[in-house]
Amino acid sequence: MLEKLVFQGLIGLNLAMYLWLLSAGLTLVFGVLGVLNFAHGSLFMLGAYLAFTFYGKLGLSFGVSVLFSLAGVGLIGAILERFFFRRIYNLEVPYQLILTFGFILIFDDLVKMVWGGVAMIPPMPAFLDGSLLVMGRPFPVYNLFIILFGIAVALFLWFALERTWWGRTVRASAFDREMASAIGVDIPRIFTLVFVLAAMLAALGGALGTPVRVVAPGIGTAMIIQAFVITVIGGLGNLKGAFVGALIVGVLTAYGILLFPVFELFIIFVVMGAVLMLKPEGLFAK
Amino acid sequence: MPGERMGKLLVGALLLFLVLLPLFSGRYLPYVVVQILVLALFAMGFNLLLGYTGLLSFGQAGFFAIGAYACAKLLLVVPSLPLGVAAGVLAGSLAAAFLGVLCVRHTRIYFSMLTLSFGMMIYSLAWKWREVTGGDDGLVGIPRAPVGIPGLFEISMGPMTHYYYFVLAVSVGAILLLRRLVRSPFVLILKGIRDSENRACFSGIPVRKYKLTAFVLAGAYAALAGSLVPPLESTVTPPLAHWTHSAEPVLVTLLGGIYSFSGPMVGAACFYLLKDFIVRFTQYWLICFGSIIVILVLLFRGGLVIFFQEKVLGFLGAKTARGAGRG
Repeated sequence: MLEKLVFQGLIGLNLAMYLWLLSAGLTLVFGVLGVLNFAHGSLFMLGAYLAFTFYGKLGLSFGVSVLFSLAGVGLIGAILERFFFRRIYNLEVPYQLILTFGFILIFDDLVKMVWGGVAMIPPMPAFLDGSLLVMGRPFPVYNLFIILFGIAVALFLWFALERTWWGRTVRASAFDREMASAIGVDIPRIFTLVFVLAAMLAALGGALGTPVRVVAPGIGTAMIIQAFVITVIGGLGNLKGAFVGALIVGVLTAYGILLFPVFELFIIFVVMGAVLMLKPEGLFAK
Repeated sequence: MPGERMGKLLVGALLLFLVLLPLFSGRYLPYVVVQILVLALFAMGFNLLLGYTGLLSFGQAGFFAIGAYACAKLLLVVPSLPLGVAAGVLAGSLAAAFLGVLCVRHTRIYFSMLTLSFGMMIYSLAWKWREVTGGDDGLVGIPRAPVGIPGLFEISMGPMTHYYYFVLAVSVGAILLLRRLVRSPFVLILKGIRDSENRACFSGIPVRKYKLTAFVLAGAYAALAGSLVPPLESTVTPPLAHWTHSAEPVLVTLLGGIYSFSGPMVGAACFYLLKDFIVRFTQYWLICFGSIIVILVLLFRGGLVIFFQEKVLGFLGAKTARGAGRG
């Protein structure tokens, strides 16, 4: 029993890392730009599709495919911010949300148009193919790699935001846009950069998932719902909250699949409901 | 005011047209009108939240589906259309009250996130809870039960025309009720909350209670719209609860205009005809749908009704005023 629990916990940790990569960008964009991007999950999906195309279809190496996919989605992110999001910063909140919601519809159908509606799964990259014995059961090396990678990204983000000059200007613009602008921070440039970084984080999650998770239309919306739950648990605009929230949701989902195979979604909703009733501003709100 | 008189005239003419419609049209046109009325009810409830309270829900399809499934379930057991519709509305309102308690506790951004999430939860329930919902097959063979009081009288709903008049009567009743509501102090307070939640709070208004009431009403209207679907199509399936269906009242309301009472109705008619037109050419309807949303938000936030009132009627009004001055 114990080994089953530990094993399932590892699976949950692995799932949590994909969720973390997605929620990190969602929360970063909200924290700095002040807009909640409902279409953030679509960027995750686009990352998966682009990586699948380079890696599974064109036969490039996995690492190169992930990099190309990041570049592609980063470019899409730059276009989105520059030509659409920039026009809505001063609008009322409902209009902002509706615009980003419109992009979910556009990207979902665009993907169906280009890649078709069938679910696809490419082969595993050879150098990560294999498994380790954990508590006497084989655990894929790839999943272990994802867990380590997710933690590395968390450390990198922490370092970039807390310990570099760039991070300091980003935090300053998030804290007080006007004041930062007055002392010479190029706000529009910071906004574009942050949006591109967030888009690339989402794409990273999507691209890294291609060999083990299904690539299909609709994976973006399925993921964004879980990212929302994470945000409610951790608090909006808070990276630490996003990381811990992702761990909670990932592990709970894994145990949920084990215990209530049909209603696994319910467990995380029950936890979210509890957080909303007891501490509506999230567990890590300042 | 000439604009108001003209508006009343328009509404009267429209009603007369709708009442006489089955006398000269085939069976397809009444079907289209029923669909538009369903969508209009759906969107008007939604706009009670968006336009009047400033709350944007992305999960209204969940309550629509709960209304549809509850009505279908009841009609499969008890053959009475009014009872079926009542069951649908009751189930949708209860679900909205239950989930609303969680949704209105937080800021508006959280509200939108939560409604989308709960909508998806209802969708996955409709999909996976096979014993009750029939899974992806849905519920089939739902009868278009008669309207009546047992032992006294009974009107068969079998012919499309009869069902058309039933939906028309229910819709007109529901719209009049909503119109009454919109002119009440209740909605005045909702508008106050929309414009400044803090100020409403300071004047001693229990903001959360009002938001919850608006949410339950919106859920009830969505469920009412939903419960009119199973007798029409004789089946209900999970896509009714899908988030793309929740997007419909959003676009409909935006198209018609969120700050006018008739906006969602006008938007529903335009939306349905537009959709009917576009799907003839392409299966990728959602991409058009999304693009229209983006364009409306960026360039055309007022909506059709305001545009019509300000530009067209304003133009006519200015002209007649000038004419009168000369005479």
